[in-house]
Amino acid sequence: MKDQEHPHEHDHTEPPGDLELKVKALESLLVEKGLVVPAALDVLIETYEHKVGPRNGAQVVAKAWAQPEFKEWLLEDGTAAIASLGYTGRQGEHIQVVENTPMVHNLVVCTLCSCYPWPVLGLPPVWYKSAPYRSRAVSDPRGVLDEFGTILDDHVQIRVWDSTSEMRYLVLPQQPSETQGWPEETLAGLVTRNAMIGVEKIPPPKAQGAP
Amino acid sequence: MGTPTGAAVSLQGIPQPAELAGLPVDTEGPVFAKPWEAQVFAIVIELHRQGLFSWAEWTERLSTQIALVRERGEADLGDTYYQHWLTTLELMLYDKNVMQDVEVRQYAVRWRQAYLNTPHGKPVALSSGDDKPA
Repeated sequence: MKDQEHPHEHDHTEPPGDLELKVKALESLLVEKGLVVPAALDVLIETYEHKVGPRNGAQVVAKAWAQPEFKEWLLEDGTAAIASLGYTGRQGEHIQVVENTPMVHNLVVCTLCSCYPWPVLGLPPVWYKSAPYRSRAVSDPRGVLDEFGTILDDHVQIRVWDSTSEMRYLVLPQQPSETQGWPEETLAGLVTRNAMIGVEKIPPPKAQGAP
Repeated sequence: MGTPTGAAVSLQGIPQPAELAGLPVDTEGPVFAKPWEAQVFAIVIELHRQGLFSWAEWTERLSTQIALVRERGEADLGDTYYQHWLTTLELMLYDKNVMQDVEVRQYAVRWRQAYLNTPHGKPVALSSGDDKPA
């Protein structure tokens, strides 16, 4: 007879769900077959969780706002201008920058598989990867913008850019007129991820936030 | 138009980053909702880096998988995005004879048993899954 008919609940570890078990199985097999080294995976995860993100894109936008010659280069050859700031890598091989003006508003989507300019924006937000966004950004861009609280005048033309594995897009938002002459670091703080996807505009800064 | 994703489908109700507390966060939201999503992402990038497939091949396969999900009428609200990555990765590894699905099933069973054989709070190793429970 056993002393403990009912094992204490801490005598085992609760297994994770089937999806996680499958991922662990795949990883173990790939490691055993010599195709993957766990440490390399950790470095990749660390990079994309903490180092690559929309702050990179904000630096690009701020520089374009502050330096007309950089802006000209950025619009002409986005890939090279962005690479000059050190933002290179996967899904950034070809980046086209599209400029918002009083007459034109740009919106970025990937209708097939959620391609996204990782080096400047990091990994895409949940809604960008959703079926409603994929379809409605094309069929009803004004309605999508409305849900993000972005109301455009009727005369503003909306251009929708469909990303591919070959070409990614970054929106250069309009600089709030009150911020002309501000230093780049301050300007970068105004730039949001959503504005660089094109679902939002950069609001004018609050008066007391001005330097 | 007569598509299932008509005006009735709203972006509202899609999980927003702020609601997913306690997870890895970049400056404007969590990058991965669950640790396994990060693992799948990293495995795909690493295998691509090793030259197992081109990025164009990956996006084509992923697009096909996402289209399939849409045909099945699933909501696909972005929170299942890395499940699509996982399925695409699996099918590609089978296609390329890197591994067989039966192997994956066996290893998943071993991992499950490893958890059950490991006292709470101790690190779980796959080798623990080879011992049957007492």
